[in-house]
Amino acid sequence: MTDTVSQLCKLLEPFNTNGTVLSAATDISTDLNIDSVTVMDFVMEVEDHFDIEIPLNVLSETRTVADLAKVVEARTKKG
Amino acid sequence: MDLLAKLATISDRHMRMKALGGDAVGVVNEKLISPTRALIDGRETILAGTNNYMGITFDAECIAAGQKALAEFGTGTTGSRIANGSFSLHRELELEFATFLDRKHCIVFTTGYQANLGMMSGLAGARDTIYLDADSHSSIYDGCTLSGAKLVRFRHNDAADLDKRLARGEADEGGKLVVLEGIYSMMGDRAPLADFVEVKKKHGFQLLVDEAHSFGVLGPHGRGLADEAGLEKEVDFVVGTFSKSVGAIGGFGAGDHPYFEYLRYAMRPYMFTASSSPASIATSLAAIRKLAAEPQRRKKLAENSARLFHGFKDLGLELGCDVVSPVVAVRCPDEPSTIAMWGALLKAGVYVNIALPPGTPNKLCLLRCSVSAAHSDAEIDRIIELFGAVVAQGHGKKVANG
Ligand SMILES: Cc1ncc(COP(=O)(O)O)c(C=O)c1O
Repeated sequence: MTDTVSQLCKLLEPFNTNGTVLSAATDISTDLNIDSVTVMDFVMEVEDHFDIEIPLNVLSETRTVADLAKVVEARTKKG
Repeated sequence: MDLLAKLATISDRHMRMKALGGDAVGVVNEKLISPTRALIDGRETILAGTNNYMGITFDAECIAAGQKALAEFGTGTTGSRIANGSFSLHRELELEFATFLDRKHCIVFTTGYQANLGMMSGLAGARDTIYLDADSHSSIYDGCTLSGAKLVRFRHNDAADLDKRLARGEADEGGKLVVLEGIYSMMGDRAPLADFVEVKKKHGFQLLVDEAHSFGVLGPHGRGLADEAGLEKEVDFVVGTFSKSVGAIGGFGAGDHPYFEYLRYAMRPYMFTASSSPASIATSLAAIRKLAAEPQRRKKLAENSARLFHGFKDLGLELGCDVVSPVVAVRCPDEPSTIAMWGALLKAGVYVNIALPPGTPNKLCLLRCSVSAAHSDAEIDRIIELFGAVVAQGHGKKVANG
């Protein structure tokens, strides 16, 4: 597990109400059975944890923890 | 693959709802008796979830104005505002609204939903950024998506959080639009406008306030939250709807910008749909005159709102916000109990809105009331009494668990 992935899994834990084992392959919305608003709330936590901006526009192409890790890594480098 | 297969989960949820407390999303008003009463399932029911804040829907002058327009202009406009669908009534309403709002320009839309779609997409484009409150109404989210702008969501009513997010985007070129609501439709709380204006002075964005639930309701002139806060000069664009205090259907966008009128040719939800029907425009026109001439409606609404708020507080109910507001949301423990209590309230004779995730902030389950100036004291007291019997006594919990 990369460092970003493990940090994201930790941030995701409070949203994990069905006991899914979290990994890079976890589909944030369908595996955890959380709705679109909750996904946005989670991403807000990610933004603040890494002090980056993740516009809502990129979320439509971000399904798994690995996808989100890629977004985070690209944006932390920039900053 | 069947396209509709994905609706199976919605179907399951709907069936569960019907089994628990009734079809809370399929209520039919069989007959309207007054702005605050209807026949539902054959029973006379007090309406406590209509957004009919001014109780103006059965006003004799509004009805007469609608009937006259129907006779003179026909049943429909059969066209877009930029083609054959602009009647003198539409222009008259725009001028009257601009005057009421003390704005240079006003554009009327077919619904409030389309007003938000139109304004967001007309104001912001691919190079711009829209900063929207996390609890924004779906029409704001959808308008933002339609705009193609970069979308950044900030924590609800948190000006410091917006400040931080604006700082992250400091290097961005392009315009910045911040979107707030006067009164938030689910919880009834207001935007802390003065705090956001401070952030505006620091970062320099353009500010839009959706006054859907506050128009006609707040402020010395009934123009909404910015009017109440004395900060209208700081608000660049106002959006609103005719579906609440105005008691009709339609929406508006207003502002003072010298290019404002050109938005008409840049907003697809304005251009590619037929304009509001003559009757609806005429009743809106009559209603706005009433709102201007009869400030006592606002006063009565405030009194009724306070009566319901304090009555609920005395029952020990947990409410959506801690200030008196015409939107009074009661927090409930979970979805099954909320549905059961909703059904019990309806059977006992009061209709309220049910609000469940993802339509609510923070996964809350709510029984949402909206107050009308037309509610009598006796009706408000009856709503309180029934919430006391059904909600405060934990009736829902018993039903859900047993
Ligand atoms: C905040 C807000 N904006 C816009 C709308 C849309 O208004 P309309 O019902 O006219 O489409 C609503 C109400 O539904 C609302 O609550």
